[in-house]
Amino acid sequence: MVDKLLGKRTAVETNGHLPEAGLITDARAIAATRGTAWQAVQLARDPKRPHAQDVIAGAFDRFQELHGDRLFRDDPAVIGGIAEIDGLYVVVVGQQKGSSTEENIARNFGMPHPEGYRKAIRLYRLAEKFHLPLITLIDTPGAFPGPEAEERGQAEAIARSIEAMTRLATPVVVVVLGEGGSGGALALGVGDVVLALENAVYSVISPEGAAAILFRSNAEAQRAASALRLAGPDLLELGIVDALIPEPPGGAQTDHTATAKAVRAALTSELERLSRVPTADLLSARYERFRAIGVVVEPSAGQAPPKKEPWWRRGIGKVRL
Amino acid sequence: MRLRMPFARGRKEFPSHLWTQCPGCGEMLFNKQLVRNLNVCTSCEHHFRFGGRERIELLVDRGSFEEHDSEMTSADPLVFADSKPYPTRIEAARAKSGEQDAVITGFALIGEVPTAIASMDFDFIGGSMGSVVGEKITRVAERALAERRPLVIVSASGGARMQEGTIALMQMAKIVAALGRLADAGLPFVSVLTDPTTGGVLASYASLGDLIVAEPGALIGFSGARVTDQTIGEKLPTGFQRSEFVLEHGFIDQIVPRAQLRDRLAFFLTAFRPVAHDMRWSL
Ligand SMILES: [Zn+2]
Repeated sequence: MVDKLLGKRTAVETNGHLPEAGLITDARAIAATRGTAWQAVQLARDPKRPHAQDVIAGAFDRFQELHGDRLFRDDPAVIGGIAEIDGLYVVVVGQQKGSSTEENIARNFGMPHPEGYRKAIRLYRLAEKFHLPLITLIDTPGAFPGPEAEERGQAEAIARSIEAMTRLATPVVVVVLGEGGSGGALALGVGDVVLALENAVYSVISPEGAAAILFRSNAEAQRAASALRLAGPDLLELGIVDALIPEPPGGAQTDHTATAKAVRAALTSELERLSRVPTADLLSARYERFRAIGVVVEPSAGQAPPKKEPWWRRGIGKVRL
Repeated sequence: MRLRMPFARGRKEFPSHLWTQCPGCGEMLFNKQLVRNLNVCTSCEHHFRFGGRERIELLVDRGSFEEHDSEMTSADPLVFADSKPYPTRIEAARAKSGEQDAVITGFALIGEVPTAIASMDFDFIGGSMGSVVGEKITRVAERALAERRPLVIVSASGGARMQEGTIALMQMAKIVAALGRLADAGLPFVSVLTDPTTGGVLASYASLGDLIVAEPGALIGFSGARVTDQTIGEKLPTGFQRSEFVLEHGFIDQIVPRAQLRDRLAFFLTAFRPVAHDMRWSL
């Protein structure tokens, strides 16, 4: 939708890559090297894959981490702070997985509690207040499903986070780094531009969860993964993401530096594009971007209700003024 | 089926099309009487599920409901490869529920206040939210904004519809964005949670009401209790994720028995009538 304001991105002929940022905007461009959905799931979950901290360290010039939701505690599964990229200050918020078992336990495997989302919201507001662009990094199997998370309002925290992002009066760029697990990912996923690393996945439900429901067997996860169309090229085709950030050959886990460099190039170019759009236009374009997602069938085209004067205007004569 | 005397001892003596056993108190309830009592147990007040269309009939002023987008149906955007094709599931759900999809939307009067209403139907693939639910609720919210009406959404849903993948997930953002515009315009949104309201529906619009009320004993939670059970590996306390639990933890305003819901909504909507705001601004 931002394209309407800035003119459509034009992919370089034949390879579908943007020259300035190397972004993939056409799934056909990577058809030859495209793996199966299940391979994408494995790559996205690879513990050696660069996680939020690695990407922040490599893609930004400076980063100062900020802690806490000011309400309950500091959730280690969500990190955030102020960073500098190419002379521009930004707020970065991301879900943080671990690379080892100990680290994963400390980070709760990247599954935020409500306080993680509330910390995110606090940082979104900070970005808005000081007119800093917001960059979010998604990498989570999902929001933590434990009883304490329920007690503290996991659903409410996610809903508020989505709400905050839909109306945040500053440019927002979303990058799906690895796993985009359902509502817990979408809580960081509403932006003017949504990008994903080439081998990232984004899904409404885990393939295992879908398999258990649809085929009554966890073993069918591979089948469920391809049915869910959760891999990068699928997301591009469905319009869920705007562009893919290419990964080094073999996947992001093979070269953290090159991956971070690709993310940096993408962010720099997107932030530059967005900086030219007035905030009000940005907000309506963001609304339209998500408004347009969905496929329905209507036999008799849109039977809108008859136009009437609003009731309060019709009834104004009865109101004492 | 052969009918028998309903006053005998064994459970077999109660043919299921005439009698229902209450899971709350174990009482055998005569179906006709149960329906007459709005699907609420006459002895323990256990709230059985209630259809989306019956719900509208219950809540709005008689004859005032004007349905929108009644013919909108689901496409199969992912060409979802399942044990049963998605269009077949849709067809079966249509037959089972008599509805075109999992939500009914439109304009109505509630306590004489012109209101926009959306009512979900759990019988349609577990009230799951796909493109149709997303589009219909977004449209009714946008029309509420255009006509400056308050919005009431009655939820009954297991969450996003898996067969529409990330497209279903994005409906959460789409609806929430539309609600944001209502909020900016100072228009009230009342969210009514019924059994069950879970997953992506609770993690989006259902949790964002200016007021949130729930029916007694409704299952309300982000993760299904089974998921939580498996992840944690311990038994959950009784009453976990029920309306009373959610009220105690501060995430809803009230628990309202079904029979009182209509009057309660009328009270709130009247209190919030946008007239008051418009007068204030015009002074
Ligand atoms: Zn009972």
